[in-house]
Amino acid sequence: MTDPYLLSARGLAVHRGATCVLHGVDLQIQRGEIVTIVGPNGSGKSTLLRALIGAARATEGEVHRAEGLRIGYVPQKLHIDPTLPLTVARFISLPTRRGDAEIADALHHAGLPDLAGRPMSGLSGGQFQRVLLARALLERPDVLMLDEPTQGLDQQGSAAFYQRIEAVRQELNCAVVMVSHELHVVMSASDRVICLNGHVCCVGTPEVVASAPEYRALFGTGTKGALALYRHTHDHGHDHDHPHADVHHEDHAI
Amino acid sequence: MLDDFMIRAALAGVGTALAAAPLGCFVVWRRMAYFGDATAHAAILGVALALALEVPIYGTVIAAALVMGIAVSTLSGRGFATDTLLGVLAHSALAFGLVAVSFQSGVRVDLMSYLFGDILAVSTTDLAVIWGGAACVAGLVAWRWSSLLLSTVGEDLAIASGVDPRREQMILTLALAVTVAVALKVIGAILISALLVIPAAAARSLARTPEAMALWAGALGILSALGGLGASFRFDTPTGPTIVCVAAVIFLLSMPLGRRKG
Repeated sequence: MTDPYLLSARGLAVHRGATCVLHGVDLQIQRGEIVTIVGPNGSGKSTLLRALIGAARATEGEVHRAEGLRIGYVPQKLHIDPTLPLTVARFISLPTRRGDAEIADALHHAGLPDLAGRPMSGLSGGQFQRVLLARALLERPDVLMLDEPTQGLDQQGSAAFYQRIEAVRQELNCAVVMVSHELHVVMSASDRVICLNGHVCCVGTPEVVASAPEYRALFGTGTKGALALYRHTHDHGHDHDHPHADVHHEDHAI
Repeated sequence: MLDDFMIRAALAGVGTALAAAPLGCFVVWRRMAYFGDATAHAAILGVALALALEVPIYGTVIAAALVMGIAVSTLSGRGFATDTLLGVLAHSALAFGLVAVSFQSGVRVDLMSYLFGDILAVSTTDLAVIWGGAACVAGLVAWRWSSLLLSTVGEDLAIASGVDPRREQMILTLALAVTVAVALKVIGAILISALLVIPAAAARSLARTPEAMALWAGALGILSALGGLGASFRFDTPTGPTIVCVAAVIFLLSMPLGRRKG
């Protein structure tokens, strides 16, 4: 009998030294769904992602990953030591060597067609983030894990980014697990929202979570209107003059 | 041909440089320079043990270096800052090694050769060990190259791709222990890290990819070894330190190039 879930956690707790970062987390991720983890600073969002990929050790409970699960992980930030010369093309080819055509294609779809030979250290924050995503997508992941993926992007850039994620989900039929603090934008793009604060406060569709008392206790009520506003924006899918806005039009291939 | 001590010395230098170059790149990228020192200094402790127990020196040196490497890997991140821990272990290993060697009668003269190398006294057997060891190290690093590189770029990225960074760290530790044994006769325990770090650092300015940097480090390492050998013959200076001096000059010359390429 195969596990219906790509990823699941049961009674998960993670400690850092004597501090309990996460406790009692139950979670299941299915193919094709977009799950967003929201929560205040220090609520254990990144730790939860790291525990799911196996980088943070569960001190209690367990994490189960489906056999042969391919994970595309985009960390919140990545420091590359300046002594390590690394071009964009070489970074994208880690750990699996990719052909020039494949790299060019991946960068084209990331909206960064001319950067293959550029050193990673010479990229802007937004470009760096998109290179990380391009690398993760080349693995053709079963589950895409994104830690604060729109950090440093403006609102239009974020909206374009989430549209790209939506297209990726369609194309690869993968699950997407995102961490974000941009509550309203993220929520409108999600199938399910997990509100986290050391433990799971509440779970459900964006509408359910946004009106849950636990969520309101953490974030106040002000986001409700913004949520509606951003849904409106997404419905149009209109053009704007953001320099990276062309990304979301290329919705056919990754 | 191998009867000529200069030919044997040159071959020993080239073999050591080939083992040290790719490994040295990882030492630089992962900021393990002090780690290299600790492992190399443990070699003196290995020499003392080998002399006391009358067992072969190479094997004992590899074992001592390996124990030190594993000790550092295990202890780091448990209460002490890693550089403090390495400072304690590196110098303690050297000091205890020197004291232990002093208990052996008749090796006082020999000690200098273990501290600073004695490349001109390399025998055919030493050459076999050096090239065998260098081939093992180069093979190991080449085999694990992609995984080592990914673990160096980001441990979480490696884990997500199914690579265990702790295992890669152990592979580097093993390669380092073998390199220390290989380089002991050529350059001596004190200056082994120099042969790891300096050619790699000089290669940084010349390379745009990790692979190119490893190749350049190999080329510059060989140049240092041969140049140092020639200079020490001509000026009658100690060979190990002269090799490091040549490497240092190459590093200085490479620095302006770095500013151009970024």
